[in-house]
Amino acid sequence: METNVSNKAKWGMLGFAIPVMIWTLLPLVWIFALSLKSDAALTDTTGKENRFGNFFPTKPSWDNYELILKGGASDLFMPALRNSIIVSLIATVISVVLATFCAYAIARLDFPGKRLILTMALAVSFFPVIAMVTPLFNMWRQIGLFDTIPGLVIPYLALTLPLSIWTLSAFFQQIPWEMEQAAQVDGASSWEAFRKVIVPLAGPGVFTTAIITFFTAWNDFVFAISLTSGNARTVPAALSFFTGASQFTQPTGAIAAAAVIVTIPVIILVLIFQRRIVSGLTSGAVKG
Amino acid sequence: MSSIQLKNIVKKYGDGFPAVNDVSLDIADGEFMILVGPSGCGKSTLLRMVVGLEDITSGDLEIGGKRVNELAPRDRNLAMVFQNYALYPHLTVFENIAFPLRLSKGAHSDDEIQRKVRAASKMLELDDHLERKPGNLSGGQRQRVAMGRAIVRDADAFLFDEPLSNLDAKLRGQMRTEIARMQRRLGITTLYVTHDQTEAMTLGDRVAVLKKGVLQQCASPRELYEQPINLFVAGFIGSPPMNFVPARVEGDSLRLPFVTVPMTPQLAADVRGKDVVIVGIRPEYLKDASVNPVSGGATFRAVVDQTEWLGNEQYAYIPFEQDASVQGHLDNLEKELDGEGARNQIVVNLDSRSQIFEGDEVEFAFDPAHMHVFDPESGHNYTRNDEKAARIAEASEKQRKAALARAKARDARGAISGGVDV
Repeated sequence: METNVSNKAKWGMLGFAIPVMIWTLLPLVWIFALSLKSDAALTDTTGKENRFGNFFPTKPSWDNYELILKGGASDLFMPALRNSIIVSLIATVISVVLATFCAYAIARLDFPGKRLILTMALAVSFFPVIAMVTPLFNMWRQIGLFDTIPGLVIPYLALTLPLSIWTLSAFFQQIPWEMEQAAQVDGASSWEAFRKVIVPLAGPGVFTTAIITFFTAWNDFVFAISLTSGNARTVPAALSFFTGASQFTQPTGAIAAAAVIVTIPVIILVLIFQRRIVSGLTSGAVKG
Repeated sequence: MSSIQLKNIVKKYGDGFPAVNDVSLDIADGEFMILVGPSGCGKSTLLRMVVGLEDITSGDLEIGGKRVNELAPRDRNLAMVFQNYALYPHLTVFENIAFPLRLSKGAHSDDEIQRKVRAASKMLELDDHLERKPGNLSGGQRQRVAMGRAIVRDADAFLFDEPLSNLDAKLRGQMRTEIARMQRRLGITTLYVTHDQTEAMTLGDRVAVLKKGVLQQCASPRELYEQPINLFVAGFIGSPPMNFVPARVEGDSLRLPFVTVPMTPQLAADVRGKDVVIVGIRPEYLKDASVNPVSGGATFRAVVDQTEWLGNEQYAYIPFEQDASVQGHLDNLEKELDGEGARNQIVVNLDSRSQIFEGDEVEFAFDPAHMHVFDPESGHNYTRNDEKAARIAEASEKQRKAALARAKARDARGAISGGVDV
């Protein structure tokens, strides 16, 4: 009887999930289709160059990819890709390390101003990004951070740290304190107990925050376009500077190809860490 | 192996409340010491101070004659088993047990770690589970892994914090025997916290009874049972608990609710000037006069209100009229013992052959010499016999040494025939 109900529920979930998946995946497929289209196919309205009602090109070509990776647009795209990777990785590493320490302190220690720190962290993330960009732009220009990689990393840290700290401190609070005390009695220093017991147990939390940070930095457009001018420009900003072959052609194909390329790392990351972002690793540590 | 000395240990929390107040204990090398008491009596706090997880507000803690108050837990070389086992869920059973060895870097070669962990797992019958994660183990197996982690290193002492309270009753009995056997075999100083008096009575060489952070009595289980120092210890030790009834002092005799009994001259002198005292009688000292007559004992007739037949024994409950002047004291005592206030009834532990039914009026008998007399205000036990207590202590100490020697001799034989060397 019970399995019957759960089976029904499963089918219900599937029925609900399929439309949602179509809804979210369709734009991605569409962009991929666009990136394979030649200029002729892009502007075609008759349906001769495309199938499925102008959706997919009859003769898919990798020209757009060649254009941005090796051809005319590569000067714009390749440095931007490099910048994106560097900025996102640096921001992720710093954010995860800082957030781990901070969240650990918040979860384990009782110090005055703990609530204040947590509230402040939350308040910081209330501000709309666009409100911070203009003052930051002025400040960065004056202190020489404009158009540099640290100039982007710092705002990303400010954006992601609050969320990371909140997520991680929740994870740390779930870990029974006895784990650590047991490690200390077993002969571990506080640092060893943290590194060998707490961090592995908080693994899912650490990966979650790492991914959130990486995506925030990777996808950000507002900071990237406002605080850079060429040296540190990341992919989302660089895309807006793509031009067509002539002033009458739209750079749609190239943009779509670049969009597909920058999506790949995101997919890889999710696939790799998907299994790690499973909670319940602490089950079995203690009874119940 | 080391002795542990606690000298006037005090633990005060931020609000100035002393969770542990002036506790002094002397735990001999190889002794099995139990800390017992109702919840909130500070027994776990005391244990955590010994292991170093709580700061000591004042007093000295010495392990093997060395003051260790300021040492971090990892420098005290103690092994602890936590109430919820605190196994590392990301490590296999093998790595869990090897964890303390791996931490002391360079001290143990890989071969040595392998050997030690295998020896421990063999002793604890964990050989088949070494590659599993704690999450896939049963409660008893987890408990054994936690013990393996403790015995694998050559710690100076074992500390247990209510290790069996998460197990079901059957397993608890099994593990209790296993812990006792292991302790004797390793001959290691052990400090064991529990609120379960069966564990306290069966495991301990000596038992320290705590109440609200104050040490009441530290003695062998037998001494606690037969010569309790005060009302609290008398009420805490024993199951079903000791019966407390009010008694009016009338010259050289005591008037209990059912019967008047004579006092010895010594006792009469002690309670002179008191109006009312509390008399404690263990349920098993009250007999059904028709089955087990007590020669020279006091007898009384009472109506049995309720009986419980357990096969090997039988409990009968007899309600009685409480004396208002001691009601408050007994209610208080009951609350201190985690109860809900005194119920005005006597429990009698009868022979299971007794044919007594609810509502019967039965003749009961008891020997007044088995009676304890307590001061209602201070709880002081007037009938405690220090001489007898000393004799019991001596006998149990002798017994402990003999048990240790026996375990050592058995081990020596085992070593020759290629047994484990933990």
